[in-house]
Amino acid sequence: MKLNKVVGLLSSAALATALSVSLVAAQDGDNVIRIASQTPLSGPQSVLGVSMSNAVRLAIDELSQPLVDMGYTVEYVPFDDQATPEVGVSNAQQIVADPSILAVVGHLNSGVAIPSSEVYNENDLVMISPANTNPAITDRGYATVNRVCGRDDLQGPTGANYAAELGITSAYVLHDTTAYGQGVAEYFQDEAERLGITVLGFEGTEEASNFDAIIQPILAQSPELIYFGGIYSQTAAFLAQARAAGYEGLFMGPDGTDSTEFAAIAGDAAVGTLYTTVAGPASIYPNAAAFIESYTEAFGEGPQPFAAQSYDSTAIALQAIQAAIESTGGLPSRADVAAAVRATADYEGLTGTITFDANGDPEIGLYYVIEVVSGDPAEWSNNSIIATLEIPSPLTAAAMAEATPAS
Amino acid sequence: MATVSAMTPAKTGFREILSRPAVGLAVAILYVVVAVLFVFMLDRRSLWYPLASLVIAPIFLLSPLVVASLSMPRIARIVLLVVMFAVVMPVVGISNPPYLELAVQISIFAGLALGLNIVVGFAGLLDLGYVAFFAVGAYLWGMATSPSETIFTENAWTVSYWASNPDLSPLAAGFVAFVQSGAFFFVMFIGIAAAGLVGVLLGLPVLRLRGDYLAIVTLGFGEVIRIFARNLDSPINFTNGAQGLRNIAAPPLPGFYISFTESIASVLGLRVDNPAVLAKQLLFYTIGLVLLFVIILVCFRLKDSVIGRAWTAIREDEIAAIAMGVPLVRMKLLAFASGAAFAGAIGVLYAAKQTFIDPQSFILLQSITILAMVIVGGMGNVKGVVLGAMIITLVELHTLPNLSLQLNALRNAGQLNIPTQLDPAKYQPLVFGFVLVLMMLFRPAGLLPEKSRRLELMERNEDDELPKEEPISDAVLVDGSVPQE
Amino acid sequence: MSSESLSPRQGGLLDPLIQSEAWQRFSHTGFYRFIVFPIGQIIVFIVAATVFLTALAYLVALLIPEPRPNIVLSDQISRQLPGMVISGISIGFVYAMVALGYTLVYGVLKFINFAHSEIFMFGSVIGFAFMNFLSSAGVLADWNPVVLVIATILISGIASGLLAVLIERVAYKPLRNAPRLVPLITAIGISFILQDVVRALASITINDFNLTYPTRNIAFFQNPIPVVIGTNEVRVRMTSIIIVIAAVIMLLALNYFVNGTKAGRGIRAISMDQATSGLMGIPVNLMISLTFFIGGAFGGAAGALFGLNVGNVTPYIGFIPGLKAFTAAVLGGIGNITGALLGGLLIGMIEAFLNGLLPYFPAIGIRYTDIITFGILIAVLIFRPSGLLGERVDEKV
Repeated sequence: MKLNKVVGLLSSAALATALSVSLVAAQDGDNVIRIASQTPLSGPQSVLGVSMSNAVRLAIDELSQPLVDMGYTVEYVPFDDQATPEVGVSNAQQIVADPSILAVVGHLNSGVAIPSSEVYNENDLVMISPANTNPAITDRGYATVNRVCGRDDLQGPTGANYAAELGITSAYVLHDTTAYGQGVAEYFQDEAERLGITVLGFEGTEEASNFDAIIQPILAQSPELIYFGGIYSQTAAFLAQARAAGYEGLFMGPDGTDSTEFAAIAGDAAVGTLYTTVAGPASIYPNAAAFIESYTEAFGEGPQPFAAQSYDSTAIALQAIQAAIESTGGLPSRADVAAAVRATADYEGLTGTITFDANGDPEIGLYYVIEVVSGDPAEWSNNSIIATLEIPSPLTAAAMAEATPAS
Repeated sequence: MATVSAMTPAKTGFREILSRPAVGLAVAILYVVVAVLFVFMLDRRSLWYPLASLVIAPIFLLSPLVVASLSMPRIARIVLLVVMFAVVMPVVGISNPPYLELAVQISIFAGLALGLNIVVGFAGLLDLGYVAFFAVGAYLWGMATSPSETIFTENAWTVSYWASNPDLSPLAAGFVAFVQSGAFFFVMFIGIAAAGLVGVLLGLPVLRLRGDYLAIVTLGFGEVIRIFARNLDSPINFTNGAQGLRNIAAPPLPGFYISFTESIASVLGLRVDNPAVLAKQLLFYTIGLVLLFVIILVCFRLKDSVIGRAWTAIREDEIAAIAMGVPLVRMKLLAFASGAAFAGAIGVLYAAKQTFIDPQSFILLQSITILAMVIVGGMGNVKGVVLGAMIITLVELHTLPNLSLQLNALRNAGQLNIPTQLDPAKYQPLVFGFVLVLMMLFRPAGLLPEKSRRLELMERNEDDELPKEEPISDAVLVDGSVPQE
Repeated sequence: MSSESLSPRQGGLLDPLIQSEAWQRFSHTGFYRFIVFPIGQIIVFIVAATVFLTALAYLVALLIPEPRPNIVLSDQISRQLPGMVISGISIGFVYAMVALGYTLVYGVLKFINFAHSEIFMFGSVIGFAFMNFLSSAGVLADWNPVVLVIATILISGIASGLLAVLIERVAYKPLRNAPRLVPLITAIGISFILQDVVRALASITINDFNLTYPTRNIAFFQNPIPVVIGTNEVRVRMTSIIIVIAAVIMLLALNYFVNGTKAGRGIRAISMDQATSGLMGIPVNLMISLTFFIGGAFGGAAGALFGLNVGNVTPYIGFIPGLKAFTAAVLGGIGNITGALLGGLLIGMIEAFLNGLLPYFPAIGIRYTDIITFGILIAVLIFRPSGLLGERVDEKV
């Protein structure tokens, strides 16, 4: 068994090197500030996760100058949560154990974010979520948990409201059986039924590529609108196949639809698709256009959904750290940073103006309904806004209702 | 692999010296002391911290196995193990919480792997849907305590409701206090019973199936449980579907855990902002350890009992076993039930520890990972399975993440410039795949093969793989309880 | 499609015909054995499955005429029937072709090649790479679509077959004598490696791993063919027709290979008794490699056809079809080639019918399709533990 000896020698050598370097080279001073991110960097969801991680890196590269001028080094530590709760929690333990990490940007999946944020919250570490639209994320009322994205219980109804405005009378609702897709689809369905739209079917499917059979009952009932709560890779494939099979009605999705890849996969079938989102298209946000340009230059591809939100989350974290340093005069504690993040007001981001309410939701969410104008991915940023709605978060709405007594 | 050989001196000559109890004891103590020193020497501010931690965590966490494997007087072994588990581990854990988290995760997965080992290793029934039983336990505790909007919450059937309801008669209040303090362990027993029952329910229809047919049916069964968990939110909401169950309660935290944590922290000179958090983690560590201990004990007792021998007979030759009067049906069901019962108990612990469960935690990949632990460690061998669970959990949760942290740190320090596409964090599945393949190619019977299997393999490969004068090299050494051949 | 296992049974209405001399002579010609009989078998399977499932659906419609307000189930069934049957057949053939890979390897080595689903994925990615190459060279539109499809199937089939052989040589061959579960774990490891290598290559070269077949812009593939049945019009997609034709041709070729050539006889011999056939002079290792090549080629070709049909593939596409195909192989009787065909078609049809009709039962819905499919599998296995067409093999004592 020579192998064992070789492995033994190698590992002893590795151990010796590791120990010697770790004991000799203590390099960092106390002026290192780290920002961590947790997104899926491997596995099927890594297209989104990697893009989010890239956006955080870009934000740190572009926006950390004020902190550098104050004499701090800002470093980025990406973690791979593998879209798995155990890995997320285990990483969270590593993150909170590193005292130089002052903020976390993440996650993609609510199922990972909820248990991981328990760990952050217990250690006062602030988390800013770019993508977790599940209401439960902020409804727990933690001081450390914030999000810059919309809520499923506001986004779904936005879509339904617009459909009702269009005069749609029948809809078929599909979802991908994830917390995100199912959540937003359920809120769409509830609101649609309230507005008098007949929901012909409400179905969830894990199928990701072959929709032939699923389309049959939809065709047989010919709804005027199909709403698909899911991510573009699935919804675009569905749409292309539904059009090929003869579906001629409208198609609508949540912000998971917002990707150039949607046009790339669905091709000309994408034209006329409606989607709701909190991130306005780059064509009307000048800084969003600059973001897309610098992102594409840095990473050789366009940003995916939630990349702009990740950039904003990081920017808010950096700004809050700066504010906390200014008020405490030195390296702030994690609780200081968390308080500074929560105090963020009127932050002009890529995805709108953000003020956090007491639960960490944006006070007023700006929700857009956008129509896809071309099957060419390069034209994605020219998609036209057809409706803009300002919707307050539940806390803000309650406060407003209290302030204006019912007349 | 590095971890195993790290505790195995390369030279054969040491072996006889090591087998002396006094030497074994000395080496064990030295090993533990050095490992603990290493952990305390780690400097988080260092550029090379991730790499150092990557190497040191396995060395430290494997020390109980080293102690259990070296030959030494029985009393000394017990004392040493108790000291390790009751003192060394908590102290290290308080100073370095990620290691405590790793220890908890290892105890959870080792328990699961041991349960699966009963079905696959002892009785030879290939089960690809083992995670289903785990899910039964986890959902049981989740549904009993989560405030998510399920039917249990609506009808006020949850433990948290009863615990927080003030309008109770003194008698009822007393009962509730009793239930609340003991609810976790009570549910754990229900979890054991329920998962065991589900195990029997699965076992009954598949009794006639063998080998690969059994594999596909159990695989399907695992998926069925997951799909039910995902979809039983309508028409009646039992599981809250894809949204998962949140804020699942933890077992009540005894007061002395907090004071213990505080005093250890003050002795070590650490500033701990929130001792209750660490104390809770310590509580999970204790529960996980006790559970694991009980499971290991049951495994050893079962293996040497009439039941264990009946399982071996079934595994080796079903027809011969029937001919010898082994009650096939009862024995197979017992294997399913006991394996499932362990998973049920661990599931309750898992739900309490994670505070959130959703169907994504119980996918097929999870079953396969647990199976990989059993096979990498050495099917049928209790110690081997624990080692396999340790290694795979460490590789997944510690080694690979730290590798990419290290490269990231180097990149941040400007010493290394790799494009983001080559970020090692993205290649974890690749590395995991290579570990599995290489492992199987070079040690097909696992790291610590079961004795009978080892003999079997030796016979078969006498000429090519294993030279006679060096039978199974390190395995014999590590497996100290087995007399030397 | 071993002709022994499914030769027409004696004793029935057709006895006079079967016993006539002309029939006897005809049934021994190659034309009958390798063309008429297998095609007949395929048609019988399809018709039987369709009739059975349709009857079942109408039976349910009789029992529950109006599962939801304003929905008359029998009307919906008749409206959707052609669409469901066509989608069931096309996905059924894909499952059948993948199932063949599982069943061939199982027949020869008695082990489940868990990495086969990734071979399927690899085939679909190779198909994409080939078409993408043509597309970026600007010549895709100039190719005759039929030639294009044949070339894609051949290239992805051969590449996947070679990959399967490579995997066998590197990862399975050294483990022939190891405990049975060991190659299973290796196969799982290989799956991880294949997925991640393909993902890495795709992300490094084109920065993304959602691979969209460029055929989306070719009218031949894109425009559905309207077929009018009674009062309703069904649009049949060209890719569905391509799948069926290609699969039937490949199945005929496989049947000829296994039952009509020397190499096929070698493979059959090995599956019966490896040691003895080695003694009889059959090159065992070569035959095993050949089995892997054929299984891999079928899996890869199925992958390319599937990719052509759905239009968009990823490195993670293999898992679910692989699982279904494996279920199909077990349902038909693993190790039995005809069984894989029957199992694949059945699973595909059952799925299509469930996906088509469960939406009318809101309490169940298509989210339970997979559970029902597995339920059927379990029920079949309880009553016929070796699958529908599997031989009942008694344990050697």
